[in-house]
Amino acid sequence: MRNLGWTILLAFGAMLSLLAAGFAQDVLFQTHAWVIFFALALATIYMLRKVDFAGTAAPVDKSGYFDDPIRAGVILTTFWGVVGFLVGVVVALQLAFPQLNIEPYLNFGRLRPLHTSAVIFAFGGTALITSSFYVVQRTTSARLISDGLAQFVFWGYQLFILMAATGYVLGITQGREYAEPEWYVDIWITIVWVGYLILFLGTLFKRKEPHIYVANWFYLAFIFTIAMLHVVNNLAMPVSPFSIKSYSAFAGVQDALTQWWYGHNAVGFFLTAGFLGMMYYFMPKQAERPVYSYRLSIIHFWSLIFMYIWAGPHHLHYTALPDWAQTLGMVFSVMLWMPSWGGMINGLMTLSGAWDKLRTDPIIRMMVIAVAFYGMSTFEGPMMSIKAVNGLSHYTDWTIGHVHSGALGWVGMISFGMVYFLVPRLWGRERLYSLRMVNWHFWLATLGIVVYAAVMWVSGITQGLMWREYDAEGFLVYSFAETVAALKPYYILRAVGGAMYLVGGFVMAYNVYMTIKGKTRNEKPIAVAHVASAQPAE
Amino acid sequence: MGLLDKHGVIERNATLLLVAGLVTVSIGGIVEIAPLFYLENTIEEVEGMRPYTPLELAGRNIYIREGCYNCHSQMIRPFRDEVERYGHYSLAAESMYDHPFQWGSKRTGPDLARVGDRYSNEWHVQHLKDPQSVVPESIMPSYSFLAKADLGFNNVKDHLVANQRVGVPYTEEMIENAEADLKAQADPNADWEGLEARYPKAVLGDFDGDPSRLTEMDALVAYMQMLGTLVDFSSYDAQANYR
Repeated sequence: MRNLGWTILLAFGAMLSLLAAGFAQDVLFQTHAWVIFFALALATIYMLRKVDFAGTAAPVDKSGYFDDPIRAGVILTTFWGVVGFLVGVVVALQLAFPQLNIEPYLNFGRLRPLHTSAVIFAFGGTALITSSFYVVQRTTSARLISDGLAQFVFWGYQLFILMAATGYVLGITQGREYAEPEWYVDIWITIVWVGYLILFLGTLFKRKEPHIYVANWFYLAFIFTIAMLHVVNNLAMPVSPFSIKSYSAFAGVQDALTQWWYGHNAVGFFLTAGFLGMMYYFMPKQAERPVYSYRLSIIHFWSLIFMYIWAGPHHLHYTALPDWAQTLGMVFSVMLWMPSWGGMINGLMTLSGAWDKLRTDPIIRMMVIAVAFYGMSTFEGPMMSIKAVNGLSHYTDWTIGHVHSGALGWVGMISFGMVYFLVPRLWGRERLYSLRMVNWHFWLATLGIVVYAAVMWVSGITQGLMWREYDAEGFLVYSFAETVAALKPYYILRAVGGAMYLVGGFVMAYNVYMTIKGKTRNEKPIAVAHVASAQPAE
Repeated sequence: MGLLDKHGVIERNATLLLVAGLVTVSIGGIVEIAPLFYLENTIEEVEGMRPYTPLELAGRNIYIREGCYNCHSQMIRPFRDEVERYGHYSLAAESMYDHPFQWGSKRTGPDLARVGDRYSNEWHVQHLKDPQSVVPESIMPSYSFLAKADLGFNNVKDHLVANQRVGVPYTEEMIENAEADLKAQADPNADWEGLEARYPKAVLGDFDGDPSRLTEMDALVAYMQMLGTLVDFSSYDAQANYR
């Protein structure tokens, strides 16, 4: 009776959400309960069709790796990426042309969290879960400890994405950046995350290799640290068990530091440690070279996870947070530059002896540019955390540009590399549909980021300087509205940069689709490796 | 490098890796955040802070729901230009009852920490309905639907109780009168005596231009009109509160 247990569980969940809809104290809670009900009901029907009532033996090969959720994950990573980039272009255009806001559901204030969460948690999170399932099995020579738990973690996480996304549009939010989902969604993701920790750690326990490979240190640190951050930052008092609304357990200044301790380490552990795990597996594999330095990886791993945690206060420079905490945060943020570059050096130098692959392999090119952007933004970050610089950059678009060079450049590019690596292998294809399209994707994305980041530097510094501009008599020169008007051309250009990145995402989606269908594009090879023939002296 | 060679022990033991990692990532938070809860000088001593009135709280929830914090900060930094543009720099005490804080991280629009009492109710309503009609350069979306939406805040007592549970000093009297206070604040014909005693400096009267209805617009404007107005800066001693 395979799948019966899961089907019953899903039906039970659907029934509970129906009850929640009935007891709801506010319209939003009721609407959200209906969303869960329909999602779980559809899943129940789907699973019911797969229940094997005859009770025949499961045809699953238990000896190999469990790759079902990984295949789904590669497709969904691509899908969420395109969705996240698309919403990003929409909100960018809303800032240039406010008429594009459609109240109330599609106003900027509701769509911006949708964009950030779609990119960080839907695209990034799915990429991390997918790749960690793949990497932990290949580097331990062990199958995931439980197929059911793996499916639960993967699809439970997708349900979290659905709840978060529909919540933002409906106006269900805690008002904490990157931790917007309300208390009941937080409880759900906590359950899923504990399952993830058990699954990952359990697979490490039954490994057949004596050593735990470095990629897994980073994935593990990402999993347990996110658990700690999420639970503490989301401590809240719900108004009632049948209301969307909760009030944070902390107030004011303590709440602010708790939130940015979370917020900065969502960057540090979700967007950095997790993706470093990805880099440590896929980059050596694609380059067919060992990791450059084992010792460097030890030093930069421990120093990175130790120092990141302290960096949160740099989001609160010159605020009502006590000075000692601001200074402490600044000092650690500057020190963080070194372990960050330790990771960059270890990634880049892995290519030593294989640099020629940059000419012939667009996938390795993608991974190299990812690490290059990682290095760039982990230099820019410490610089911006210096109080004197932050006084100018804070509250401006410079911060937005910084985040995007990290997110589009590092997180995006290394994930694209991972997808391109995995698709032919998971579907048993000889190669990707088209390597030339990977090359197109590479250039569209890279140029898109360059446009985006450069425009945001100019925009941010312009606005920061205009705010503090005084005339000879000692009066402020510009009203706030004038500084907004000055940014319009940059906001249009920013949307252009984002759109280029989005088009790159569509190119990838098409390439992935055709590869899965088993097609190969008839195209000229990128570059034939050739030895330069001796040229006669002129 | 003898120490690094010992790292093999951790690499062969997943439990050890987990425990060592957890200890490593816990230190920073304990040293940096925990003291904020017991160091007495974290929050300045001021006069005038009080919990939000029920209507202000409802307005604040709308402010959060619409994601206003995505574009507006509520934190004035101690810089000459900011103090001249927005008013006295913000104190930690001014957000001591804010669950959650709404300091923000981006100023696509101006800071709102002291927007209270700067503009008339009529200006706010017009601005929220059609921002470009009063500020042509503005890129703010329209929020005209707020004026059409009745304020659905029927479990207002539960909201005050939830705040009380996380430390906001709502009294039993405040909770008892929550529903009446909610309606009275925006009703020009109401008896405001009890409300004013419970919540000094509360802005009273119709906000949205339609006294016959209590709308989300009433609540949001009531909230914005009190922002930054509570603390009495004539009695504030900046030197004594230096941190």
